[in-house]
Amino acid sequence: MTFEYAPAPESRSVVDIDASYGLFIDGQFVNPIDGDRIKTINPATEEVLAEVSTAGPQDVAAAVAAARRAYDEVWSAMPGRERGKYVFRIARLLQERSRELAVLESLDNGKPIRESRDVDLPLAAAHFFSHAGWADKLAYAGLGPSPRSLGVAAQVIPWNFPLLMLAWKVAPALATGNTVVLKPAETTPLTALAFADICRQAELPPGVVNIITGAGETGRLLVESDGVDKVAFTGSTEVGKQIQRSVAGTRKRLTLELGGKSANIVFDDAPLDEAVEGIVNGITFNQGHVCCAGSRLLVQESIAEEVLDRLRRRLTTLRLGDPLDKNTDIGAINSAAQLARITELAASGDAEGAERWSAPCSLPDRGFWFPPTVFTGVTQAHRIAREEIFGPVLSVLTFRTPHEAVEKANNTPYGLSAGVWSEKGSRILWMASRLRAGVVWANTFNRFDPASPFGGYRESGFGREGGIAGLAAYLQEDDR
Amino acid sequence: MSEHEPSHAEASQAVSTQAVSTQASSTQASSTHGPFSTRVDVRKTYKLYIGGAFPRSESGRTYEAFDAQGVFWANVAKASRKDARDAVLAARTAFSGWSGATAYNRGQVLYRIAEVMEGRRRQLEDEIQQGQGCTADQARNLVSEAIDRWVWYAGWSDKLAAVLGSSNPVAGPYFNFSTPEPTGVVAAVAPRACSLLGLVSVIAPIIVSGNTCIVMASQGRPIPAITLAEAIATSDVSAGVVNILTGDPAEVMPWLASHADVNALDLSGVEDAALATLLEQQAAGTVKRVRRPKWVAGRQADAGSDWLAEPGLGAMRAFLETKTVWHPQGV
Repeated sequence: MTFEYAPAPESRSVVDIDASYGLFIDGQFVNPIDGDRIKTINPATEEVLAEVSTAGPQDVAAAVAAARRAYDEVWSAMPGRERGKYVFRIARLLQERSRELAVLESLDNGKPIRESRDVDLPLAAAHFFSHAGWADKLAYAGLGPSPRSLGVAAQVIPWNFPLLMLAWKVAPALATGNTVVLKPAETTPLTALAFADICRQAELPPGVVNIITGAGETGRLLVESDGVDKVAFTGSTEVGKQIQRSVAGTRKRLTLELGGKSANIVFDDAPLDEAVEGIVNGITFNQGHVCCAGSRLLVQESIAEEVLDRLRRRLTTLRLGDPLDKNTDIGAINSAAQLARITELAASGDAEGAERWSAPCSLPDRGFWFPPTVFTGVTQAHRIAREEIFGPVLSVLTFRTPHEAVEKANNTPYGLSAGVWSEKGSRILWMASRLRAGVVWANTFNRFDPASPFGGYRESGFGREGGIAGLAAYLQEDDR
Repeated sequence: MSEHEPSHAEASQAVSTQAVSTQASSTQASSTHGPFSTRVDVRKTYKLYIGGAFPRSESGRTYEAFDAQGVFWANVAKASRKDARDAVLAARTAFSGWSGATAYNRGQVLYRIAEVMEGRRRQLEDEIQQGQGCTADQARNLVSEAIDRWVWYAGWSDKLAAVLGSSNPVAGPYFNFSTPEPTGVVAAVAPRACSLLGLVSVIAPIIVSGNTCIVMASQGRPIPAITLAEAIATSDVSAGVVNILTGDPAEVMPWLASHADVNALDLSGVEDAALATLLEQQAAGTVKRVRRPKWVAGRQADAGSDWLAEPGLGAMRAFLETKTVWHPQGV
């Protein structure tokens, strides 16, 4: 007999969504001067959640001016000890309101509540807590005896981890003494707007954090503003390149956290149960909407069949559906546009001769969904082995020797992360030293921590977020 | 200056009038051999340094280099796009061996460059004095600083990971550590005015951590760069780790800035803001790291003093990546 899961939905009643939101500038919500309005929807149901503003040129200028004023008059002069206490307050407020924010995140983004509740929110709060402690200890950051802040930071973040990416941007900027104008992604603005309320509750001085919503044009206006000293962007490599080009010659400091096509490498001596869990986590965590997703499985030829059998069996057990159900493993694809991109790239896999297998799960009638999918018979030339899909689509390649594994893993313009599965310590360290990637997970995958630097090699971007290395992104460099 | 009436032979000998030059005195000595045995000096052909060899430019082009008095000094190879691409190939080929060498080994190789330069310091002093028009004392000081800079950087090779790396206390049962790793192939422009110390100050921080490089020498003062290449070529530096091109940065650098196998740019020597902006824009095509220190911008006129200060970590940090490795703890 088979056991059925009863529905176990998390209550929506903890969140209170306004019908319409303004822009958070200089400590208050204001209507856009020359902007417009867009709707944000629940990708699991296509229900409209709220209407938000898009900041136009004058709105962006007002936000940057507010951040500049706050920097000059309040934040840059405040002792680190006091500044840090505001950041601690924010960490505590995030913890206190974590259930509400987790539900809001799952509603707006489509990710399972299990992930927003157990990963996004705890990590976001931890990021503020950890960085708060740096505010009065910057002399120990390895950047000289009294490193100076940069000024106004323009921060543009993606839709895959809306609040967590906000935390990765805002926490280090505030702790190091910078002020912020942040633009969340157009499809996931709601937790950033809720964060504005947290800034209010923390009594953060007006203008220290400004949140302006909008699409790509708002982001472009923000990063190209003459009034910003620092640009931090997380998103696609394509847009990252445009931003790098646009700041050329301006002396703005830039950090980029871009795309990836990370290899997850399984050796024949790997602990297979753990490895299969790691492969599944690597590609289905957050529906594969993860820049460091383990989207290329490199499995040693001698165990390929066994690994694939176990992998298909495990993927078959995953539950796809209502993101607010506490038993859901796979939530909704974030938008129709992203679903179209995943669908198109998967079709290219078929067309180029790879073999598709998808988990036999039924997809809801409304909303945007894509089943966990595995392509075998993939060559390095296939688009599905080269391009970032940003969905739950795994491309499987095989190798015979460790040298071949390294060669194939590094055969990409990206370099964000890599996974290695083996019980042999010397082999893990040998592999780790040769993989051209910013994060190497050995016998684990998709682990994050505020104390652990994150960021890429090559076209996955430059600069680090987290750890002592991440502080350099928001402080004046010793450039000799 | 009358004793400097540049006879054909003297001018080509490239010895300035003020220089206390060994070459000048040897010329005098040779003239005692009699009216028909005056020794004709052997002139050097100044070439590029690519992959451990000294080729001419494949284009066959040269340009004229002059001394500080504006007297013709030498025809210098004018590097082309193809030369730049050859240099990238050499640097890429050398990267795995050089970055895979132990830090102790790299430190010894850099120290060896200092040793070899010490033995050629008179030649370098003469060239700086003639090329930059400074006094003998100033030239001597600049060479001493250049040699000492190699020694300073040599000592950093096995300390960078300890200073810039970290053990990270993550909230879970994991061992987690971060180490700096070289970015890869770096294309650089050496400062125009400070032809030796500036050049060394650009190359040393790039290669000490395991990067390989292509450096464009000072366009107007290229001679010390070629002599430095000769010192590097005899200092156990693997072929391709350092490649030195002479020529016009405005012509060659765009090819390097847009080359997909170049990982980073050092624009310390680019004085033309429009060129620097163009190169930064081209760098975006493959998300290259770009170093353009604020302190050198617009201050290139001084031939030495800007580069005399002891460097910090900035020039090394610019060409390092942080790699973080996680592993579970358990029994």
